[in-house]
Amino acid sequence: MKRITLSESKVNAIREICQAYNNDKGEVINVLHKVQGAFGYLPEAVQEVVAHELNMPVAHVYGIVTFYSFFSMVPKGEHPISICMGTACYVRGAEKVLDEFKRQLKINVGETTADGKFSLNCLRCVGACGLAPVAMVGEKVYGRLTPDQVKDIIAEYK
Amino acid sequence: METVNLTIDNREIGVAKGTTILQAAKQLGIEIPTLCYYHLENLDIENKPGGCRVCVVEVEERRNLAPACSTNCEEGMVVRTHSMRVLNARRTVVELLLSDHPADCLVCAKSGHCELQTLAQKLGVREIAYQGEQSHYRKDLSPSIVRDVDKCVMCRRCETMCNEVQTVGALSAVNRGFNAVVSPAFEMDLEKSPCTFCGQCVTACPTGALTEVDHTARVIAALADPTKTVVVQTAPAVRVALGEEFGMAPGTIVTGKLAAALRALGFDRVFDTDFAADLTIMEEGSELLGRLSAFMNGDKSVKLPILTSCCPAWVNFFEYNYPDMLDVPSSAKSPQQMFGAIAKTYFADKIGVKREDLVVVSVMPCLAKKYECQREEFKTDGVPDVDIAISTRELAHLIKQSNIDFADLPEEDFDHPLGESTGAAVIFGVTGGVIEAATRTAYELFTGKTLGKVEFEALRGMDGVRVATVDFDGTPIRIGIAHGLGHARQLLDAVRHNELDLHAIEVMACPGGCIGGGGQPYHHGNAAILEARAKAIYREDEGKALRKSHENEYVKRLYEEFLRHPMSEKAHHLLHTRYFDHSDTIEAI
Repeated sequence: MKRITLSESKVNAIREICQAYNNDKGEVINVLHKVQGAFGYLPEAVQEVVAHELNMPVAHVYGIVTFYSFFSMVPKGEHPISICMGTACYVRGAEKVLDEFKRQLKINVGETTADGKFSLNCLRCVGACGLAPVAMVGEKVYGRLTPDQVKDIIAEYK
Repeated sequence: METVNLTIDNREIGVAKGTTILQAAKQLGIEIPTLCYYHLENLDIENKPGGCRVCVVEVEERRNLAPACSTNCEEGMVVRTHSMRVLNARRTVVELLLSDHPADCLVCAKSGHCELQTLAQKLGVREIAYQGEQSHYRKDLSPSIVRDVDKCVMCRRCETMCNEVQTVGALSAVNRGFNAVVSPAFEMDLEKSPCTFCGQCVTACPTGALTEVDHTARVIAALADPTKTVVVQTAPAVRVALGEEFGMAPGTIVTGKLAAALRALGFDRVFDTDFAADLTIMEEGSELLGRLSAFMNGDKSVKLPILTSCCPAWVNFFEYNYPDMLDVPSSAKSPQQMFGAIAKTYFADKIGVKREDLVVVSVMPCLAKKYECQREEFKTDGVPDVDIAISTRELAHLIKQSNIDFADLPEEDFDHPLGESTGAAVIFGVTGGVIEAATRTAYELFTGKTLGKVEFEALRGMDGVRVATVDFDGTPIRIGIAHGLGHARQLLDAVRHNELDLHAIEVMACPGGCIGGGGQPYHHGNAAILEARAKAIYREDEGKALRKSHENEYVKRLYEEFLRHPMSEKAHHLLHTRYFDHSDTIEAI
């Protein structure tokens, strides 16, 4: 019915990850986690191959990818920015910080800037509630954020 | 068996341990409203996510309200199903569901059959109390099914049917929060997904999120066109279900009124798919006997078991999932398509009408038939053998729209020559029926003897997978039967791995067979309705003067005048088909 085409090296990389989990469909979340780690995101063709290898409907794989906010179907930027929207961060103004990131980068949540440098996402709690509100750029954590600090943070990575 | 005693609405009852509050209440005649819960007991189909919270009840000494569908009864429980707290909570739950639902009931295809609408009425909801965020998705129009998931309430009944029961895997819950709906992967068109168009999702959907593609307007237009001769065929399962749409008891046989209604609607000839079912037996039975004799004479190239091919959703299923086994199913077309092929050749010639001026309409219990009649291989010069396929429900709409008092209609007969049929054709409508009909004919042709008793009880029943041996006068013929595509998959996987030694397999995609088809009147999860329809099919068979397909006089005449003999070159050209590899493939570049 439809053909899925992907480069051989990518197909093999996905196959290796699936095999590491014995092609067990119960491990689909772990498989997707690893595959996203390898490719940066989970485009349609990649999900098709994962579904094929784990012998499960691709609709289910897509259901999982769209349910968990950690998974992304668009390539992440060179510097992925994550704003914590957990309760503590939220009540201490995370939304205003997020709005400022959106304004500065001219993108919405889940999107990547045209130059591929930054992407913007929300997450739930990084376990640093004492520092609320918290944002992460790559692996680096920024705490006690206010909207006026956003411009400088972005400048660090330009 | 351990019994637990409890009180529900001040009435005492003892139930087996493991019984839910919902089931216990039902035993007392108390119907607790449900929405996501869906249970066809005798078919082992259950959807119980406990998600909608419509069935909540109050349990004394329990802090929160309990979902009755998924809370087991416990010793000494005191349950109230209609306390003020329960009624308020239940109404709030429905109001919240309605806050994310388009309130277009006036023009919704499901209006009058919608379980959400019924609930809102029952609970006395008189205003939409909350303004929720509403999700908006595009409408997906496939050849058979319309998806309008703005109306999806995430009960996940369709998902259970598509995945657990049918193992098709076209639908899954996707996205989250207000945007959560049930959808194919990547929100692709259903037509591009592994969907078989079996329509079981439509059967299970409580709202207007999943409905059939309505072709009634095309029928009305064809009937109004003076340049067209319009003939209609009607499938066996329609006659035991259509009455429900007019308030008759499930299992009422309405064959005579059905013929009268079709005539009143203005069809030029009122024919019967049962005629084509008898014809199918002649072709498929001959094919089975041919393969059997060759096999028994040591021809190892012969493929056995032979699989029935009447069910279009089943054909779609094996074309997608079993591309390595495309030479196993019978090459015989389905009765719908055989009818179309004969109507547009033999019959059109007989009445002197050109092929393009003859319109063939079929009334089917099925939604996959809409797709089937649009397949390219069933067209000649772009003109399909069957022009329009409508469901039992659509026919009911047509009858109501045309001011016909169905209950008051006289009993009429089908027209000749394509309206004559035997009891063997009627049982095509229920699981096990096609293979029983084939057995009646194959037995007599194989053994040269006349059957004393035409009923093969071993082939009947509602078990998902059945295997039976029929004695062909000393030669044991082993037969497999599956209904529901998940059960068909079990049988086919076993055949693929050479674990089952069978001569013939019948598959019907829908639980119960065509009587439970995706185009039948909504049964809302009431399994007793399916049982009543199945019994009616067998009653209709018993009432027939002729009960073996090869005794159908008009089928005999068709062979004498036109086809010559079963499997003849002409028969092969008109009545047989081939199958295609529709599987997905992964290609590395």
